[in-house]
Amino acid sequence: MKRRTLLASGASAALAAAIGAPLRAQAKTKVGFIYVGPINDGGWTQHHHESAKQMVEHFGGAIDFVYQESVPEGPDAERAITQMCLGGANLIFTTSFGYMDATINVASKFPNVKFEHATGYKMADNVGVYSARFYEGRAIQGTLAGRMTKTNKVGYIASVPIPEVVRGINAAFLHARKVNPNVEFKIIWIFEWLNPAKEADAAKALIEQGCDVVLQHTDSTAPQAAAKEAGNVYTFGQAADMAEYGPMPRISSIIDNWAPYYIARAQQVIDGSWTPAFTWDGIGAGMVGIGEISDVVPAEFKAEAEAMRDAIAAGSYHPFTGPIKKQDGSDWLAAGEIADDMTLGGLNFYVEGIEGDIPS
Amino acid sequence: MLRLERRRQPSNLWRWGAPMAAVVLTMVLGALLFWMIGRDPFLAIKTIFWDPVFGEFAFYYRPELIKKAAPLIMIAIGLSFGFRAGIWNIGAEGQYIIGAICGASVALAFYPMAARWMIFPLMIMAGILGGVVWAMIPALLRVYFKTNEILVSLMLVYVAEVLVKAFAVGLLRNPEGRGFPGSRNLTQYPSAANLELFAGTGIHWGVITAVLSVGLAYVVITRHRFGFDVQLAGQSPRAAAFAGVNTNWLVIGCMGLSGGLSGLAGLFEVAGPSGQILGSFPAFYGFTAIIVAFLGRLHPVGILLAGLLMALTYIGGDAAQSAMNLPSAAIKVFQGMLLFSLLSVDVLTNYRVRFTWAKGD
Amino acid sequence: MDINPVLLLAAVIVASTPILLAAIGELVVERAGVLNLGVEGMMITGAVCGYIAAHETSSATLGFAGAALGGAGVAALFAFLTLVLLTNQVATGLALTLFGLGLAAMVGQGYATTTVVSVPKLPIPGLSDIPGLGRIFFTHDAIVYLSIVLVLAVWGFLRFSRNGLILRAIGENHEAAHALGYHVRRVRFFALLFGGACAGLGGAYISLVRVPQWVDNITSGAGWIALAIVAFASWKPGRLVTGAYLFGGVTALQLNIQATGLAIPVEYLSMSPYIATILVLVLLSGGRAPGSLGKTFHASR
Repeated sequence: MKRRTLLASGASAALAAAIGAPLRAQAKTKVGFIYVGPINDGGWTQHHHESAKQMVEHFGGAIDFVYQESVPEGPDAERAITQMCLGGANLIFTTSFGYMDATINVASKFPNVKFEHATGYKMADNVGVYSARFYEGRAIQGTLAGRMTKTNKVGYIASVPIPEVVRGINAAFLHARKVNPNVEFKIIWIFEWLNPAKEADAAKALIEQGCDVVLQHTDSTAPQAAAKEAGNVYTFGQAADMAEYGPMPRISSIIDNWAPYYIARAQQVIDGSWTPAFTWDGIGAGMVGIGEISDVVPAEFKAEAEAMRDAIAAGSYHPFTGPIKKQDGSDWLAAGEIADDMTLGGLNFYVEGIEGDIPS
Repeated sequence: MLRLERRRQPSNLWRWGAPMAAVVLTMVLGALLFWMIGRDPFLAIKTIFWDPVFGEFAFYYRPELIKKAAPLIMIAIGLSFGFRAGIWNIGAEGQYIIGAICGASVALAFYPMAARWMIFPLMIMAGILGGVVWAMIPALLRVYFKTNEILVSLMLVYVAEVLVKAFAVGLLRNPEGRGFPGSRNLTQYPSAANLELFAGTGIHWGVITAVLSVGLAYVVITRHRFGFDVQLAGQSPRAAAFAGVNTNWLVIGCMGLSGGLSGLAGLFEVAGPSGQILGSFPAFYGFTAIIVAFLGRLHPVGILLAGLLMALTYIGGDAAQSAMNLPSAAIKVFQGMLLFSLLSVDVLTNYRVRFTWAKGD
Repeated sequence: MDINPVLLLAAVIVASTPILLAAIGELVVERAGVLNLGVEGMMITGAVCGYIAAHETSSATLGFAGAALGGAGVAALFAFLTLVLLTNQVATGLALTLFGLGLAAMVGQGYATTTVVSVPKLPIPGLSDIPGLGRIFFTHDAIVYLSIVLVLAVWGFLRFSRNGLILRAIGENHEAAHALGYHVRRVRFFALLFGGACAGLGGAYISLVRVPQWVDNITSGAGWIALAIVAFASWKPGRLVTGAYLFGGVTALQLNIQATGLAIPVEYLSMSPYIATILVLVLLSGGRAPGSLGKTFHASR
């Protein structure tokens, strides 16, 4: 008897899913998050999770919050997302690029659930896309790096060769060169987002080759520790403020802050005003935070960097403003021309002056 | 002191009873674990073991279970022959990856041609071939140079992992993927997709192959000369030599079989559930399958059950994470405990446990 | 090319120490005839135990002691399963890796964004002033020196001591060794404990010195590399050092080459040590594995 009712309810749920009716009548909006790493990874996932918790706090008890951590990209992701839909989620944030196809697939089966996919490019009637203009922060880091380096060698620990990372390298390099025409970049790709041991080795290799500023697009604090040990090397916090390494070696940071966006989108779902959108916010909207510039930086350079931050936030300055040439010397942007989002979104070349190739 | 006496005949009671006892033991230990971290132990155990099969959303989880179990079963069946004969292919993970790369490469080479009748069979052949070639390296080195196949096959896993990462950003990268790593999604290419054959069942070609391989393995082990040779070589290499078993061919046969099945599993996975070549494609299946083979006592039916149980802990574990916000670490610890207890109870099948006061060593 | 060989070699030694420590432990285990594929699991357990111990006591020494204990603890579990309950070593080792990764993530949950005491460098007076060589070999921390001392000790133990001879005999043929009256299980148990402690130290070297931070999965495959090095070294302690520095060296060199901007497809370079290991296994005549490696032993016949 018990079993029969269970089976029957299963069948009716299947039907409900098929016709797209809400699975359970519920008063509260349920918001779900799918994370690629553990919630305490100190970087990418941790900041999504902390932003999510701020969202929960903002709404008090008005929303239900579920999450699943360490979900591998691939078939497991599709199941994890479906699971959340079956569990009655109304809005699901999938927080890694690799979840793109899985998100689109599940979204087509649950038309009443809203989806928000981070850093991707595929949209649907119930799928929005969001990302942050981290390159704005990179421009400020590049300016500081160009000013602070004495050896004119800046190290860059790059993670995975995707447009976001290439954008960051280009933005940092352009602005370092702008304030210091002699600066050169040494770039190491480690092909991972988080691998502390490899990051430490990469940082040490860069420092040994004379770099006295090290930028990182990887999540651990290992490069900070390596720089601290070396003594006279400057670094920047990545994803997190990494303030525990300030004022030296950490002189500033890029902080991921998704909370305002999460709050806004959840509110729209509650109000019923949610529509799919392609959101790409930066310093102005508060999605990219610039960590306090430490006192190790001379006041004039600090003021210069802060002025750039404010100009970018106000929209009066775009880090990719021409004239900019590509690495091979051909023209990319004419004087005064601003790069369009489409090109930036798929950026797969270095700008003039950077040595080496993007791995492919 | 604990003392073990070998049974003349493996105990039939314990052969079936021991795994049951192990599962129950793990449930108790697991409940304790979940209680310690402040979760409802009964709900957690129910969510992991009961809900995916009989719960409210079983209609969704059952097909997922089948899909997850298929590659594990297929690889484990292939491995079981070698393991019976004392031939240790622990590089199934590498053969699985290479099979996927080869199969996907064939598909991508033909893209966007529409000729499933030709492309899909070619992919299957490429997948098998890739796995076999990768397995032949340790096999031939063992035959000709007496090199330890455990280590060579393990080394080749690392090489395969490097290759798949490099191909995902290099050779096989989707030219229309806006610069992101990963190949085209094969499930969106009708000539190459390994989709569900019957909607909502989870049954794709890999599942069918897995079931067929279980049946075939059963027949070979109980009825075919190869099965007897394998058995004999494992129990007494000397007797096998007297009986005229050609050890070299046995090595090549067993390695080839496991390599081919692993490669095939990789191909079905990349063309179906996974969809694309990504740096994160390797999912430890090749290693998990080794555990599945031993949990199933190297017997085809046992492997079938072990594969399903293993898949259940994955699916149920994920469900518990999602439904109860259990940390993924706790699920991993729980799986580890399950494996330990399943492996350790096997002692009861082949040995009688006696408690003596004499000092045993 | 502006790679400074002295600095590179010094960095290689630091990068190789964790895998060298884990490998010397596994070498003893394998010479005793046991194949423990759970090195990664033992390393990560050591890494988290070491981190927690050092963080709570503010003592690096106690941290490493805790790491050795933690590694030995999970190794004891492996020993109990394989030696007493006669489980298959390959499967148990793999299960140990899964279990260790989960266990470490669970107990380390609260320590993710904390910091830990730093491990001081101990330049050896006199020796560290030798040009070049001094910087490469004698300006490290105590654990680097310990790793070399351990290799020497294991070499001496296996080569000259009676117990070392017994251990090797057991690894070659446990049936015969048992017939001669040697305690197969007892020797293997202690070998496994030693292996676990060494792996634990290696793991802690990553979480306390090389990084220093606690992050899930911080060992990221170092245990598997340690397994490769043991095979590369043909189970000989002397070659183990070469093997460890070669594996560590290729990684370090790969990063350095990138930093100099040379156009070498580095991602393919990182598979070269594994191919080199296979070549060594094939070419070196002495590269034969211990006779009883991986086989289950049961005394009663």
